Amino acid sequence: MVENEVRLLPDDDGSWQLEAYLRRNGYQAARRALTTMSPEAVVAEVCKAVIRGRGGAGFPAGTKWGFVPKDAAGPKYLCVNADEGEPGTFKDRLILVRAPHALLEGMLIAAYGVGLRTAYVYVRAEYAGLAARLAEAIAEARAAGFLGERVFGTGFGLDVVVHLGAGAYICGEETALLESLEGRRGQPRLKPPFPATVGLFRAPTVINNVETLAAIPQILAHGADWFRGRGLPKDGGTRLFGVSGAVRRPGVYELPVGTPLRTLIEVHAGGAPDGRSVKAVIPGGLSAPVLLPDEIDIPLDVDSLAKAGSMLGSAGVVVIPDGTPMLDVLHVTARFYAHESCGKCTPCRIGTSWILKTVNRLRRDGGGPADLDHLLRLADGIRGRTLCPFGEGAALPIRALILKFRGELEQAVAR
Amino acid sequence: MSYTPSPAALARIEQTLARYPERLAAILPVLQVVQAESGFISKDAEDWVAATLAVEPVRVREILSFYTMFRRAPGGRATLQVCRNISCALAGAEDILDFIKDKLAIGPGETTPDGAVTLVTAECLGHCDHAPCLQVNGVDHGPVTRETVAAIIEELKAHG
Repeated sequence: MVENEVRLLPDDDGSWQLEAYLRRNGYQAARRALTTMSPEAVVAEVCKAVIRGRGGAGFPAGTKWGFVPKDAAGPKYLCVNADEGEPGTFKDRLILVRAPHALLEGMLIAAYGVGLRTAYVYVRAEYAGLAARLAEAIAEARAAGFLGERVFGTGFGLDVVVHLGAGAYICGEETALLESLEGRRGQPRLKPPFPATVGLFRAPTVINNVETLAAIPQILAHGADWFRGRGLPKDGGTRLFGVSGAVRRPGVYELPVGTPLRTLIEVHAGGAPDGRSVKAVIPGGLSAPVLLPDEIDIPLDVDSLAKAGSMLGSAGVVVIPDGTPMLDVLHVTARFYAHESCGKCTPCRIGTSWILKTVNRLRRDGGGPADLDHLLRLADGIRGRTLCPFGEGAALPIRALILKFRGELEQAVAR
Repeated sequence: MSYTPSPAALARIEQTLARYPERLAAILPVLQVVQAESGFISKDAEDWVAATLAVEPVRVREILSFYTMFRRAPGGRATLQVCRNISCALAGAEDILDFIKDKLAIGPGETTPDGAVTLVTAECLGHCDHAPCLQVNGVDHGPVTRETVAAIIEELKAHG
């Protein structure tokens, strides 16, 4: 097997074009699935591969597909979450740039497995230029008979619509994405019912991240056992780990799930630049609670990060160098969540803006330990009291920054 | 109602409507077509979109006041989006932003008096391995320095 054929980010010239994708044996997995396998067998294979969602929540994709009722009358939908907004995350961008056909092939396999014929790809507005490349790939695939009616000469067909967002982080939350697609403010829905039964246009709906879907063809091409062997038994495959901040070689690295965080930072990304050292690491996008330098000997998989009190999230690793005032990091974090709270749940709407006001006051006028306790109380007031995970995503990183850098913060605000 | 889209925009709007089983679902793409043509969404355009989608005007207003990409007043010929989230902040985004504010003599959300540039701040443009980064009319730049930003601004002022 040629490694470039199973890379999420291939490095051959013009890798995004259909011709190049076919040279890498593209669309062979979907052809095999559609012409020789039952939909149930496709879902079973993906379940067996234990591919955990690459968007942030880490839910196994096959299990999610299995929740869609098989005998439901009327349409069902696939929504592709390309609303990559988690700060420090830039991996789905590269799939759209370098391997859009892998995404389309994964969508085709998902659609066949679940039994749906229409897919919407929700792309964040900031990626409008990349959406144009995706639209090109869709046109190529349609012209080649890989999308549209009667794919591979079977009775199965799939239509794909690209839908551009308009600037709102919350639309990456799956039910907010559905609200946005339906033409309303992106405000999350109460669950249950879950989208698998009542989703887009009230129909059963699967929502998957770009990277998750782009990895699906590998599973059908080489088998669930091979895929699990590429990662961990309970968290299969390779993942795209983004590294930014204070490293010599920032970028996206495709590595087995379970690769140690330290190896990613020091070996692949080259470690801190000359004369600098690592002060803290955010392991999975801004919502992931910060880790200290002595906490980075940890395998990068969903369960290990959760056990350490943080999360793998979107696998966007941000390396914070020595000398960075953590009050500034706290401020950037507080400002982001206050700006992006959708306003639906009171604890989050009021809590995030109160946290920001307090941090602004501490920066301007200083304060004392009681103010830091106040911030912790505000964060705890949000946790568990919101419809969607945004509340946890806002509260947990604030908490971690205060608990782990309390001494520095107390000094920074003392006048 | 004094707003009427051009025949080309109207054709794109018709195509867009055909992609969704419910008309309201087309509201973001329809507003994007209107804004691409007019530069902003006027009150008349809001009413036109509401009528076209057969919804109350408030349905359009609630969209415009929620999503950050829509404009209800004219902006500059170019839009400069400066990222200030974590990876860019670590790479000196605040300094870049201060430099741009100084250079353009405007703040975020404002447009230069000659109508060349509207400056806005962004919360993560997803280009973190190129921090600090910014977007000019949707095109990514990064990592930027004071020098490269100065050149971009000169370009926008001369040819924008």
